[in-house]
Amino acid sequence: MSANTDPCAPLLARAEALLEDLHLGTVSAWKAANPGSLAIGIMPVFAPRPLFEAIGVLPVNIYGGGDRVDVIKGDAYYQSYICHIPRSTIEMGLGGHLDALDGMVFPSTCDVIRNLSGMWRMLFPQKYSSYLDLPQTFEAPLGGLFYRHELNRIAAELAERGAKPLTEDNLRVAIANENERRGLLADLAALRAKEPWRVKASEAYLLTRAGAVLPCVEHTAMLRDFLAQAHVRPTRPYDNVRVIVLGAFCEQPPLGLIRTLERSGCDLIDDDFQLGLTTIEGNIPLDEDLGDTSPLDARSPLDAVVLSYTMRGQATATRYIAEQVKGKALVDRVRSLNAEGVILAAPSFCDPALLDQPMIEQALADAQIPFTSFKYAENSAQFQTIREQAGAFSDSVKLWGAA
Amino acid sequence: MNTQTAETQRGTAAPVRADAAAKDASQNRQKEMLAAYFEKLTRAKEAGQKIVYTFVPGNLNELIGAAGMMNVLPEINALQSGMRGRSGGYITEAEKAGHSEDVCTYVKCDIGMMLNGNIGPTGTKLPEPDLLLLSYTGCFTFMKWFELLREHYKCPVAMLHVPYQPEGRITPDMKQYIVDQLEKSIIPALEKVSGRKLDREDLARRMALSAQAEDDLVAVWESAKHKPSPIDGYFGGVYYIGPIFSAFRGTEDAVAYYRELRSEVEARMALGLGPVGPDGPIGPERHRLVVEGPPNWTSFFDFWRMFSRENAVVCASTYTRVGGLYDLGFRHDYRDPLASLAEYCLGCYTNLGLPSRINLLEKYIKEYEADGFLINSVKSCNSFSAGQLLILQELEKRTGVPGGFIESDLVDPRYFGKANIDNRLQSYFQMLDARKARGYV
Ligand code: SF4
Ligand code: SF4
Repeated sequence: MSANTDPCAPLLARAEALLEDLHLGTVSAWKAANPGSLAIGIMPVFAPRPLFEAIGVLPVNIYGGGDRVDVIKGDAYYQSYICHIPRSTIEMGLGGHLDALDGMVFPSTCDVIRNLSGMWRMLFPQKYSSYLDLPQTFEAPLGGLFYRHELNRIAAELAERGAKPLTEDNLRVAIANENERRGLLADLAALRAKEPWRVKASEAYLLTRAGAVLPCVEHTAMLRDFLAQAHVRPTRPYDNVRVIVLGAFCEQPPLGLIRTLERSGCDLIDDDFQLGLTTIEGNIPLDEDLGDTSPLDARSPLDAVVLSYTMRGQATATRYIAEQVKGKALVDRVRSLNAEGVILAAPSFCDPALLDQPMIEQALADAQIPFTSFKYAENSAQFQTIREQAGAFSDSVKLWGAA
Repeated sequence: MNTQTAETQRGTAAPVRADAAAKDASQNRQKEMLAAYFEKLTRAKEAGQKIVYTFVPGNLNELIGAAGMMNVLPEINALQSGMRGRSGGYITEAEKAGHSEDVCTYVKCDIGMMLNGNIGPTGTKLPEPDLLLLSYTGCFTFMKWFELLREHYKCPVAMLHVPYQPEGRITPDMKQYIVDQLEKSIIPALEKVSGRKLDREDLARRMALSAQAEDDLVAVWESAKHKPSPIDGYFGGVYYIGPIFSAFRGTEDAVAYYRELRSEVEARMALGLGPVGPDGPIGPERHRLVVEGPPNWTSFFDFWRMFSRENAVVCASTYTRVGGLYDLGFRHDYRDPLASLAEYCLGCYTNLGLPSRINLLEKYIKEYEADGFLINSVKSCNSFSAGQLLILQELEKRTGVPGGFIESDLVDPRYFGKANIDNRLQSYFQMLDARKARGYV
């Protein structure tokens, strides 16, 4: 499909330009258009974006420098056996790439991001910096209350720095906007799973990632436009293997790597790239009847945000999987999406993803689902080996139904 | 000199100091305590004794004891496997079973040990857990570790989520969150497995015993402010933390051990003696160091010798604070046990934000009048290691004391480059000498 004939091409080009905008020009433009408003960076994996939007703050998901930032200063802060994203993030901070941001939030993803929060506080003392401790117990009176306190704290701290006070009305609007976006992201995922030739993984990636820097309403409009065009874009099915990618929820693979996988005979019908935008499964349950969630109440918008995480957070390596069977969520997803295999793609030295992997592999093996695994770094430049591995995997799935 | 090697010490649970001749009464006592404990563990199942696997930082030992249960600490087993020369094989075994070479080697060592029949430090099989008590303090790997063990043992897990202290202060909400979890989730889980109500009076009694032992341990740490220091607060220090970080906090045994240890240390101090190293007394004290980061266990004595040979004494270390920062004043408090346990869990060293860690190290360097500080950055442990290069820069800037930086691992022998580390340390000590000669200290 050439760019001339593809009605989606302009939107995709815009989304790619946003990804390549390492100096966050869109964020600066937003701030210029909204004088006095704050923009706050959010490290992977998850922080609830509607909370920020409700107080007039632009939440900006930060995914490190990818393969386009030369890491020089950042390497002086990290030993060789630590993943790449914190060093490129520091490089960007020291290099002025993140100057448009008024601060950063570091969710409790792993020890590296946790410690980075303290480093940030010291390296950028003039900026806001906060650690968001997401609960690992999900009962409303325990983790629920604690998380609500965390969200109130962050809202209050940002209000002290010039954000609007958190009100129920504002949060309701932000939740409604977010739910609308979530609906479209779900439509995008459904279309991609049904007709992967219509929405390639790299395209879904770009479109989702645009939401990292755009206000919710703008991102929603972009998704809506894309979906309208995607249904009519001229394209045709390929004889590819339907594959789910898992493990790339924090440090992102280079776009080139995703495209390489696409060219290796795999339709990547689902993934956990940039999981932050899709952590919650379904809507934020505002005013829904969720049964007894006391002392929380989904009629309160803040409680609804809390419950969306405690009750609807996706099973992922950074979330404690209480009594459920590890890997079951993935196996269920493979079945429901009619996937033929799984690619486990983890950043090198990523503790959560790599510690999870043996359990996930076991669950896949037990369910007789073919899988292959590899590691990458955000600045990987050589994709040939991975292409060969993925190619061999797709061939073997096609031939034998197993890797 | 009767120098044992780590290999000849099999059959004991504690990392036994190589210099057998220099054993103090407290050392013998510790050895006996541990031997008796492991003996009891061996017979636990037939005696109907319930077993809790749990971790060192933020452990709830008083609660486990008051629930009538015994603990097994996978980290201690891993370090013991390291000292006994077993860890390399266990790690290989785990990697063959699909565990990544990139992750914490304590986990892989433990998994390898489990795959090999779960033979513990004393050479006998460890009992399987009735409960995995996941107190999640200072490190996310703990959570994954017990998810992995649960897959194997198929036993219940009780999760205690301990919030992090990013700003070095405990807020009322953090504390309440832990107390609520203890009350509503952890204690019911212990009661379910033990089949009996928690004895709250016994819990308070144990908390009081903990505080007594903690007083004496702090006196031992602070003895290192004396010149010469009568103790080595890192290599020697790991022996001192043995009982209180493992099964004995909150017991009469621990109180007796720490009282005895303290009096021995005070006697050494009164005589102006330095610590005993792997090959006998160290001295005269030439360098006073503060060390950040865990030790290497696979070449523990070689590593120690690189310091003792140079008469370098570690006067304070952060590794010995992972199971409790008592020298900052915290004591277990029998008057409000759950709130006190919450404070304890929150206050372990690696649960502190990086700025607080740096403040603590700065305090140690100044208060213990160290002329150097060293970071042993271990590949396994992001909890400790991520950020250590900034710690190095910042401490040098704040204190003017030069820092050294070496890299190794806890229990993976492949990452202990003996010659390399030795060279680095020698150069570092020479630099400290040169500074002294120029009158910097
Ligand atoms: S890539 Fe993995 S280890 Fe690194 S910061 Fe992200 S989650 Fe943590
Ligand atoms: S990562 Fe560090 S603190 Fe965590 S289990 Fe491993 S050695 Fe212990």
